[in-house]
This record gives sequence, C-alpha cells and structure tokens, in this order.
Amino acid sequence: MLQHLIFFPVLLPLLAGIFLLLPPLQGYARRQRVAVFLVNALLLVSAVLLLQQSLQHEPQMYMMGDWQAPFGIALVNDKLAAIMLLLSAVLGFAVHLYACAGDDQRGPFFHPLFMFQLMGINGAFLTGDIFNLFVFFEILLIASYSLLIHGGGKQRTQAAVHYVLLNLVGSAFFLFGLGVIYATFGTLNMADMAYKAAQLNSEDIALAKAGGLLLLVVFGLKAALLPLHFWLPRTYANTSTPVAALFAIMTKVGIYSLWRVHTAVFGEHGGELANIAVGWLWPLALATLVAGIIALLASQTLKMLAANLVVVSAGSLLLTIALNTPQATAAGLYYLIHSTLMSAALFLIAGLVQEQRGQAQDRFVRSRPVNQPALLGGLFFIAALALVGMPPLSGFVGKILLLQAAGDGSDAAWIWPPILISGLAALIIFSRAGTTLFWRAQGVSQNQVVAHPLQITAIILLLLTSPAMVIWGGALTDLSLSAAYELHQQPLPVIPANMAVPEVLP
Amino acid sequence: METIYAICVGIMTAGGVFLVLRGYTFAVVLGLTLLSYAVNLFLFASGRLVVNGAAILGESEVYADPLPQALVLTAIVIGFAMTAFALILALRARADLGNDQVDGDND
Repeated sequence: MLQHLIFFPVLLPLLAGIFLLLPPLQGYARRQRVAVFLVNALLLVSAVLLLQQSLQHEPQMYMMGDWQAPFGIALVNDKLAAIMLLLSAVLGFAVHLYACAGDDQRGPFFHPLFMFQLMGINGAFLTGDIFNLFVFFEILLIASYSLLIHGGGKQRTQAAVHYVLLNLVGSAFFLFGLGVIYATFGTLNMADMAYKAAQLNSEDIALAKAGGLLLLVVFGLKAALLPLHFWLPRTYANTSTPVAALFAIMTKVGIYSLWRVHTAVFGEHGGELANIAVGWLWPLALATLVAGIIALLASQTLKMLAANLVVVSAGSLLLTIALNTPQATAAGLYYLIHSTLMSAALFLIAGLVQEQRGQAQDRFVRSRPVNQPALLGGLFFIAALALVGMPPLSGFVGKILLLQAAGDGSDAAWIWPPILISGLAALIIFSRAGTTLFWRAQGVSQNQVVAHPLQITAIILLLLTSPAMVIWGGALTDLSLSAAYELHQQPLPVIPANMAVPEVLP
Repeated sequence: METIYAICVGIMTAGGVFLVLRGYTFAVVLGLTLLSYAVNLFLFASGRLVVNGAAILGESEVYADPLPQALVLTAIVIGFAMTAFALILALRARADLGNDQVDGDND
C-alpha cells in the first residue's frame, strides 16, 4: 500500500474531480464543499507521509504499470518533490476553505476544476519524465484557463485571452523542445537524460543545446522571466480572489521545472551541455527583479501589488537558479515556500478588502472604511511584515539565506542591491497601501459585508506558516539543504547504471 | 525526403508564427492550429524518418521508432482540446469586448 502512496496526490484529485461531476455530488454546493475538503485533508496526509518516506529512503522511482525504466512512465519522489507536494497541499487546503465562504458559487464547476488544477500541479511535481511534465502542464493549464474566468466579467475575459494564447504558444514551444531533445538524447526520462547529457555525440551538442534553451523559454514563460512576464500582473489581479491565491504556486511550477531540467539534467554533470541556462538567467533574472520593483512601486490596487510581488519573488528565485550552487538552491527553496504562502495570504486579504470597501474596491484612493478595520488591518500588517522581510517572520530568514547564498565575491555585488532594494520598495508601497486602505477613510461604510469565519481561518492558517517557518527554521533549512544536494548530485541514483539505455537510438 | 519534410515543417511554423503575431483572435487561433500541425510533424520526425518500417519489433528489418508516434497522438489530443477552448474563449471575448482584437481595442 505504502509503495503506491506516491500516486495518490495525482489519483485522488483526478477521481474526486470526476465524481464531483456526477449526480450525487453535482449541483449540491454543500456536498461538494465537504467532499473537496476531505480530499484536501487526505492530500495533506499523503504529502506528509511522502515527505517522511523521502527522508527515510533514497529517491524513489515508481514505474506506472510496472513498465521498466527508462521506457515506462515514471513518478519520482525525492525530498524536493515531497516538499513541493506538501506546499501545494497546504495552499490548496487553505484556499479551498476561503472559497467555501461563497466565492465558489460565483460560477459553475469551481470544485471539479480546483481538483483538476491540484492534480496537474501535483503531477508536475512528481513526474520523472519530461513528456509527462508537458502533459501535467497542460492539465494544470486547462484547469487554470477555466478557473481564471470563474465568475466572469469583461476584465477577466480579456486577461484570459492573453493568458490562454500565450500559454498555447508556450505549449507549442515545449513540444518543439521535446522533439529536439528526444531526437538527440533518445530518451525523455529525466534521470536517463542526466546520464546521457555528458555522453552525447559532438554533432548533437548544438541541437541538444537548442532543445534545452527552448525549454528555458517555456519554463521562463511559466516562471515569469523578464520578457515573458507581462501577462502575469493583469491576469493575477483580475481573476477571482481564491483563484489568484491558488495561482501563487503556478509561477513556482516553472521554477521547479527549471530546477529539474536546467539544474539537474543540464547541470554540472552535463559535459559540454553543463549550465547552458546560467548565462541567460543571470541578466534576465536581475532585469526581472528590477522590472518587478518598478512595477511594484507603481501598483494602484492591492491585488496588483500582490501580483507584482509575485514577479519580484520570481526574480529573486531565478537569481538563485543562476547562482547554481546547492546553497543557493536551498535558499531558493525556503524563499519559495515562504513567498508562495504569503502571496496567497495577501491575495486573500485583498479579496476581503475589495468586498468590504464597496465601490472603491481595493484601489489606493480615499474612500469609505472597511467594516472590520482592526481585523483586516491586523492581518494585512502581519502579511506585509512577512513579505517585506522584517525580522520576526519568515521573509527575514528567507532574505538572509538568499544574501548568504550569494557568497562574498562579485556575485554578491550584483545580488545584494536588488534584493535589499526590493525589500525597501515593498516597505514603501505597503506603508502607502496600509495608510490609504485603513486610515485615510472618510464617511461610514455603506454595506454590511463582514468576513466569513472560514475566510478568516484560511488567512490565519496561511499566515501562521510564517512564524512556524521561523520556529522550525533550523529543521527546514536542513531539509531544504539536503533536498538541494540531492538535486545537484545528479545523475539521480534512481536508475542503476546498467539499466540506462546503453546507446542513443540510430 | 528529409529536406522536403524539413522545409514543409519550417514553412508551416513560419506561417503559424506570422498568424499568431497578428492582433486578431481569429488569425491567432488559425496560427495556433498551423503551429500545432507543424509541431506534430516535427515530433513525428524526431524518431528519424523511416520508409516501409512498421513500428513493431521483429516484423521487418527496419522499424520505425514507436515512441514519437505515441507522443504525437497525445500531442494531437491535447492540441485539439486546447484549440477548441481557445476558439470558445475567442467567441466569448468577441461578445464581451465587442471586437476581436486581442487587446480589446478597436484601433
């Protein structure tokens, strides 16, 4: 039973999504909510069990239907994958709680789509095969297309058109990249690719490089790398609140894929293909960070602010990939967990502010006060502290780790200023946002909207992870460091050397 | 054979990219369709082109690589679904925004 556990994070949401479309559940909001709540709880349990497994054993490869590696479809559970699964389970759990307060009824099929979205995300984290990475990307994308327009509206349709078309072009690029890689490597299994990378024929090197860089474009589009990030702020700011919060993990799927493909396969052990992405990532990641900071300072609404913070955190994370050391990857992993959960919390808070302020929504203008200024202000304050990177909370630890990972050579000179300035910029824009939204109020509120207890629970749950990440910071940094070493120490020991396909196909 | 094949895929890709870069949803959807045709052919060729070879071991001296054929099958299904979705979304955008410009502006 436990050896099949690895498939649960994909299978559970798939089955749940299908059953939610069938009569006993379809059309009954309460039953659907309870069902998805239970599935999310099970996902949490299985993610914890998988993390435990990955701590006790070497990375495990699970062959679907027992077709042998490297031909069968492989799922891999190592520390990195298990951490990401736990992250998506926590996020999904909290965001779904928030959605149950009423946002799920603004359009049809919220719950099944939510399940399919989680299935795609979990699958992308677990897959050990680059073609299945594509398949799971498509699953999470098509669910996200529909979730994006959940609730409808002009703004949303327009943002969705850009998002969908861009991602369809991205998928075409992904397939081109896959084709080139299969033609040169003769395999699509990531562990097997890592073996082959150092042994490619010299005439195939250029082609393989092109394939690897095509994948960089695709993952860059997902992860919001500079020239490819323009879709992000508008998409995230215009979608419904719980969906935006769930999307906080979508850019991280891109980062994760970069780790899997460009850190592991095209990493140190790649021979002539070693570190092909690093030269491109350095300037682009720095530029992403700078562009994110500028956009952050120009934000006009709280949701836009949160979306621009996602870009800033993507820039910081891409920098850790460009640094390309286990320490940097570990710092990136810690920062990734922190920034995903805190951005999601900020999106949820922005949703509450938007509902309570009536006409002014979450725009930074003088208007009527919110109905629960103390509660929302307090939550906003904590989220802001964490996201700016102030001492008691996880943002501070995350930034310290990032700065430490830069070392003290010339890398540090490039990395310290933008990271520190991004903290300052966040501080400035958060003070402006906080004072405008909560203090510069006039008149009395015209609506009686108050936050639902479930919404508050969800936000508190997300915010509590921040002090938890500090209190158990030692354990967590150790864990992320060993996950990073596991990632960098490729080829993965999952295929014994004698089982790797001996030669590239004719 | 390889040259003609490569030229065909190249022309299709170029046409697809040109259409995708047009600012109107109908042209973009057509471009995406062309692009996905080109991708499918490209994937198919990634296992090398073989004439008179079944994708079965032991049937004949030469055999075609079966994996790209399986990949193409998956890619076709996904591409088809995605194009259908993009088309519906384009229609919805046409209704919501009043025109078929991807940015929603008429000029």
